[in-house]
Amino acid sequence: MVDAKLPKFDTLSLHAGQQPDPATGARAVPIYQTTSYVFPDTDFAASLFNLERAGHIYTRISNPTTAVFEERIAALEGGVGAVATASGQAALHLAVATLTDAGGHIVSSASIYGGSHNLFTHTLPRFGIATTYVDPRDPAAFEAAIRPETRLIFGETLGNPGLEVMDLPRIADIAHAAGIPVLIDNTFASPALFKPFDHGADLVLHSATKFLGGHGVAIGGVLVDGGTFDWAASGKFPTLTEPYAGYHGINFSEEFGPGAFVMRARAEGLRDFGAAMSPANAFYLIQGVETLPVRMARHVENTRKIVAFLDGHGAVSWVGWPELESHPDRDLARRLLPKGCGAVFSFEIDGGREAGRVFIERLGLFSHLANVGDAKSLVIHPASTTHQQMDAAALKAAGIGEGLVRLSVGLEDPDDLIDDLDRALRAAARAVTPRAAE
Amino acid sequence: MEFTVDGRTTFAATGGRPFDPARSAILFVHGAANDHSVWHLPARYFAHHGYSVAAIDLPGHGRSGGEPLTGIDEMASWLGRARAALGLDRAVLAGHSMGSLIALCAAADNPGATERLILLGPAAAMPVHDDLLDAARRNDHKAIDLITYWGLSAASQIGGHRSPGLWMNGAGQRLLERADDGVLAAGLAACATFSDGEARARALETETLLILGERDTMTPMKGGIALAGVIPDARHVVLAGCGHSMLAERPNETLDAMRDFLPPAGL
Repeated sequence: MVDAKLPKFDTLSLHAGQQPDPATGARAVPIYQTTSYVFPDTDFAASLFNLERAGHIYTRISNPTTAVFEERIAALEGGVGAVATASGQAALHLAVATLTDAGGHIVSSASIYGGSHNLFTHTLPRFGIATTYVDPRDPAAFEAAIRPETRLIFGETLGNPGLEVMDLPRIADIAHAAGIPVLIDNTFASPALFKPFDHGADLVLHSATKFLGGHGVAIGGVLVDGGTFDWAASGKFPTLTEPYAGYHGINFSEEFGPGAFVMRARAEGLRDFGAAMSPANAFYLIQGVETLPVRMARHVENTRKIVAFLDGHGAVSWVGWPELESHPDRDLARRLLPKGCGAVFSFEIDGGREAGRVFIERLGLFSHLANVGDAKSLVIHPASTTHQQMDAAALKAAGIGEGLVRLSVGLEDPDDLIDDLDRALRAAARAVTPRAAE
Repeated sequence: MEFTVDGRTTFAATGGRPFDPARSAILFVHGAANDHSVWHLPARYFAHHGYSVAAIDLPGHGRSGGEPLTGIDEMASWLGRARAALGLDRAVLAGHSMGSLIALCAAADNPGATERLILLGPAAAMPVHDDLLDAARRNDHKAIDLITYWGLSAASQIGGHRSPGLWMNGAGQRLLERADDGVLAAGLAACATFSDGEARARALETETLLILGERDTMTPMKGGIALAGVIPDARHVVLAGCGHSMLAERPNETLDAMRDFLPPAGL
């Protein structure tokens, strides 16, 4: 029996989307730091502008370096194509703007990144797009929230901040029965740990700033089209199934088949909204993607050791990570995320806000900042930073304890990280109960 | 655009322009379990350069109704009826892979109706590996994996799509996955059992262009050159480094070869 020996994930991480540079033979992906591209003749130019030919016109719409990044992520996620954006937020906006109009509606998991929550709650309503939030653990709630004008189901592979694991296969079935696509923010897992298209998602986005880039040097986002959703059969997406005057009456679904969404997202979304990734950032992100599978395996390995340490520590009241027995989604996580539940998690220090503050200040290796997914270990204490305006009651309502700390576990030696955490926990305990700690 | 052939609804993409049978016309014919969308760039190009374009979905494929036809001759005969249903006495025929066999037979059988002939990834015969045919008959995804593996050059399996951001492996697989059960098997079986390619090629009275992939493992370049050698009025173009899926792997070079071969469109 013959086998299809197509390149596998680790190989794709290093090579997908790139042929050695035809001009120089450069092995690394060159940075094509150019705004525009010379057209060989007027007919070529006209046909490029009218989507009759393949190629680059202007770096806001596409760029050879950025295209390698896009193709590589599409390959790793198993999609048909991708559009890189200036940030993860730009990727989310691009998805929404490609699929909805004023009067549209989104059903979203309630446990999502704060920036996404802001977009849905405060900004999109100004443009006539409403959002209903539902418990990500309750597929029936997604179904109940769907309205005739719903155009998108949205959630995160691992929710924020509780790392809720969505039952994606069930929710996708519900969405598809209603003729609606599912968009998954896969930032926390990355395709090295979880591939949403294999479980029913239709679209995937990333804040590429995080694990894809992996080194905290470049902001970027990416929106991937799985190519599976039947826009024509749904009948709810005129942007994809009806003639578009912006390209001489083009019908994206009819002409581009499985690639309809990604073609529209680029042709309209980057052309008109313009939130393009810079080629230099694409280059930086590509360097990160090359080692994604190796890094993610180590991120998970380190996280397991640190979670085990914290879970048994006397100064820690609880640890929330889906691989723990105590996490409500443990069984689902085992099924959907057998390679690991990522490297971002939260835990609660005994002693409240003051203990949290001291803990953060005594850490040495963990960097106190507002990011995740770096090769270096990161930490943030929401009660003293991002949520400092909230009192204890408001924090509790938001599910954020005063002593809650979020870690993004990096690639350092895990023993060094554990020593760092242990020192800071002891200091925090001394600060709030000085005599008991002596 | 929908029209009726043999009482069945048939779909053809027109490249973003209305189809006018009074103009010079090109009929594009896709391969096994594919559909009109593989032609999206040349369809748009020629539709916006004076031609009337119909990138047809064969019966049971894409947006066309009916059951898939089971033999190349049957498909060629159907293509003739589709041409007539579109109100065309003559048209340029362009076919890829299985579609090239269909176009070859249609042109050989009805030379007066064929303006010019373009064969992409053709061969006089297209034997199909038993494992592939078996997998297709079982509607096993392995058939799609094998077609992706054999249908793209080794370099293209890594990527480098000329259309920015597209991933060839994924796009090709999604298209094949859209076909109903049995459609791929019917197409592959039709290719496997067709054995009359050389005789039909020798009988051609039509100016013919063959576009061949240098690294094509499904219909190797050598066989394409041999086929060109028996066609009375043929030329061929070899696309360097290209596999069987030239519309995805070398879209601009494929388009240029077609453009250079065809006369300017006229009424």
